Amino acid sequence: MKLSALHQSYLNRRSSNFRGLSGDSSADGSMKSQASVFWLVLHGLCCLVSLVLGFRFSRLVFFLLFSPSTTTNLYSMPFRQAVEASVFQLSTEAANQVLPVNTTTPRVVVGRHGIRIRPWPHPDPVEVMKAHRIIERVQREQRAQFGVKAPRTLIAVTPTYVRTFQTLHMTGVMHSLMLVPYDLVWIVVEAGGVTNETTSLIAKSGLRNIHVGFNERMPNSWADRHRLEAKMRLHALKIIREEKLDGIVIFVDDSNMHSMELFDEIQNVKWIGALSVGILAHSNSAEESSFSLAWKEADNSVIPVQGPACNSSNRLIGWHTFNSLPFLEKSATHIDDRGIILPRKLEWAGFVLNSRLLWKDFTDKPMWMKDLDLFDGVDDMESPLLLLNDASVVEPLGRCGLQVMIWWLRVEARSDSKFPPGWVIDPPLEITVPSKHTQWPDAPPELPMSDKIVDAQGETLAVKRPGKTRRSRSKHDARNKRKHESRNAEVDISEKQTKQN
Amino acid sequence: MRAYWWEFTVVLYISVLLWGCEAEHRPRTERISGSAGDVLEDDPVGRLKVFVYELPNKYNKKILQKDPRCLNHMFAAEIYMHRFLLSSPVRTLNPEEADWFYTPIYTTCDLTPTGLPLPFKSPRMMRSAIQLISTTWPYWNRTDGADHFFVVPHDFGACFHYQEEKAIERGILPLLQRATLVQTFGQRNHVCLNEGSITIPPYAPPQKMQAHQIPVDTPRSIFVYFRGLFYDVNNDPEGGYYARGARAAVWENFKNNPLFDISTDHPTTYYEDMQRAIFCLCPLGWAPWSPRLVEAVVFGCIPVIIADDIVLPFADAIPWEEIGVFVDEKDVPNLDMILTSISPSVILRKQRLLANPSMKRAMLFPQPAQPGDAFHQILNGLARKLPHDRSVFLKPGQKILNWTAGPVGDMKPW
Repeated sequence: MKLSALHQSYLNRRSSNFRGLSGDSSADGSMKSQASVFWLVLHGLCCLVSLVLGFRFSRLVFFLLFSPSTTTNLYSMPFRQAVEASVFQLSTEAANQVLPVNTTTPRVVVGRHGIRIRPWPHPDPVEVMKAHRIIERVQREQRAQFGVKAPRTLIAVTPTYVRTFQTLHMTGVMHSLMLVPYDLVWIVVEAGGVTNETTSLIAKSGLRNIHVGFNERMPNSWADRHRLEAKMRLHALKIIREEKLDGIVIFVDDSNMHSMELFDEIQNVKWIGALSVGILAHSNSAEESSFSLAWKEADNSVIPVQGPACNSSNRLIGWHTFNSLPFLEKSATHIDDRGIILPRKLEWAGFVLNSRLLWKDFTDKPMWMKDLDLFDGVDDMESPLLLLNDASVVEPLGRCGLQVMIWWLRVEARSDSKFPPGWVIDPPLEITVPSKHTQWPDAPPELPMSDKIVDAQGETLAVKRPGKTRRSRSKHDARNKRKHESRNAEVDISEKQTKQN
Repeated sequence: MRAYWWEFTVVLYISVLLWGCEAEHRPRTERISGSAGDVLEDDPVGRLKVFVYELPNKYNKKILQKDPRCLNHMFAAEIYMHRFLLSSPVRTLNPEEADWFYTPIYTTCDLTPTGLPLPFKSPRMMRSAIQLISTTWPYWNRTDGADHFFVVPHDFGACFHYQEEKAIERGILPLLQRATLVQTFGQRNHVCLNEGSITIPPYAPPQKMQAHQIPVDTPRSIFVYFRGLFYDVNNDPEGGYYARGARAAVWENFKNNPLFDISTDHPTTYYEDMQRAIFCLCPLGWAPWSPRLVEAVVFGCIPVIIADDIVLPFADAIPWEEIGVFVDEKDVPNLDMILTSISPSVILRKQRLLANPSMKRAMLFPQPAQPGDAFHQILNGLARKLPHDRSVFLKPGQKILNWTAGPVGDMKPW
């Protein structure tokens, strides 16, 4: 009976309770002699006491009885040399109680060990930096092994000109190019000549760039703009030819969006490749209805994509282009029109070339590549396909056009919109709204009449006032709101001032 | 003469080009050679002969029938080794020409409801099997078991106990003192590791690991990875006993460190995460060995072994010092400094060694067996111990084993 009870307790112990608390050998220990019965009873008592106390009581008794000079902080966590030594000593002793004499004293002993914690168990910044460098090195090695084998330099061609949204667009493009893990040359062609504005913007990137001016101003209509951009790109290609730059030419328009996989994918191009471009044909109008109506009319449910079309054996058979016919009536002709801005049939952004195709005396130049000089006076180059004698040599990239890694978008502010040069407000604005005219939360509500005293300011403020009860809000919020409103008022006023001028 | 020279250079150029092209597409690996030499790819067929004893089903098949969970836990190597040997070309049906004798006995298949093996009946079972083979065949008595090998993958090998102090107290079963033990446990200067034992990796299911592969070019962004217990609250509530306090030390020192992705979670993406980590911790638990080593090797994560004096699998065939990082238990508080002070070139070399497919194969027990896998490494290890020294063969009437040694409880028949 006792046997089975002990055996049962073994099973329990294996799954939940104190491990080997009184696990003296197998269940059939010597039951016969009185001494064994006594030890069993003692063990049972120790079990019960340990259950109550919550730790192994018998071991503690053992230690306290047999070790002469013990430190009482046996079970404490913090780490000190002395405690560590005594703990080690104790555990050796404990082990020696249990172990039979071994021939070679093992370095590793069984028993309770202290948990070593260093005095400041927090990350050390120097080590963290070293670890990050190791991670970077490992990832570089992974890229070298499994990524692109011999990465070529990328040559990005960007036509741009100074306008309100230039900083917005160029910052996006700049940051995308800065993230590219390959060598990059950025050729920026600026309509209207080189300006400090663009130069300072590009200089922030730290990329190797060639900034040239183009002696025509950017016209106001979209059609003319597309034409001028094509001319500017040709100009850039001529520069590539003169400088004999070697790499892959991509057409990075400043308002487009590029995904990082794009730059990995285009490394696969041999001569000339085509990618799918998602068209975000956007309407400049405040109401979406005209665009969405036109969209529904055209019976499309997905975003239009321009790019190569392949057959089932992944060979180029044609092109997906943007069908602009349904939108022509509603399309924008001028930059500040409230219509839909449409792309060309095939945008330049969807093509990449090997720069060697442009070189003058390149012996391996394929037959189908025309010489750049032929296009000197050409007015409108719709797409780089015109550079080829035979359009079927284009390589479809991005899983044959299935992956869209680049999005085309044209968003511009009004052509007469002004912006502070370099986006630095210097000198500070002169018109300020006196703070007395903004509402304090605990001030009695001002009569609506008093708001309209100042003519220019009043308009704007009146628009903002209705429906504002700020009594319940905290003073801090009100203060911030006040600052915000005054700033808004300043900007509005300055604009209105400039408009009136 | 000149024509031949031209042809030679052309051939050389083409071969170099081809080799270069091919090398580009394979991940860079390095050849592995341990202290026994370049032996990972040795073929044991023809170098040894193994005779498999025919034991009654109660020693193997019936046990497995009673609990088929034994096929999936980390001690399943004993079962798969039996199946491998039955159909292997090294098997011989003529015991006279055999170099090694194998006893198919599954001692680690008596499982609790939660799946942990109980070793209490194992000594008696083993004893009963040895009595059977010594009376039915003359080969045991010829050498007192010196040319026999047994697979004992339990926590402390043939000491047959899960608790280290008890295991040390029992020592290796006296009847197995002369036999070669194939076990997962390995620690230097420990009673439960005999000189000449072969250490094997614990069983890890190969299909499960294959099913969780991720693309090779996924960048390794986790610095150190570990999932598992730090404190065993059920059996060692105060801490300090479990893992000799090493796991608790890892937790206390690095729980705030973002470089160390350590926790007690059981994520479903465990294998995928290991493939995104550079270092994987393999600290000791109740016993020094762990399946984490196998998982780390298969997934290309450098194992950081925190277990003093451990003997790793196939230690003579695999140069573990060059592949893994060994950290003393007393140095655990400085683990971050130790790992960051390893130079990147050394880390890359370790990764190249781990990428070697023969390394990964040597750690696994695939079904059906493949060349270079753990079964073959075991046979290679046995082959390296041949030929048997003349002295193992006993003179007539000489007896070395003491059949009555050991605890009284072991003498009861099974």
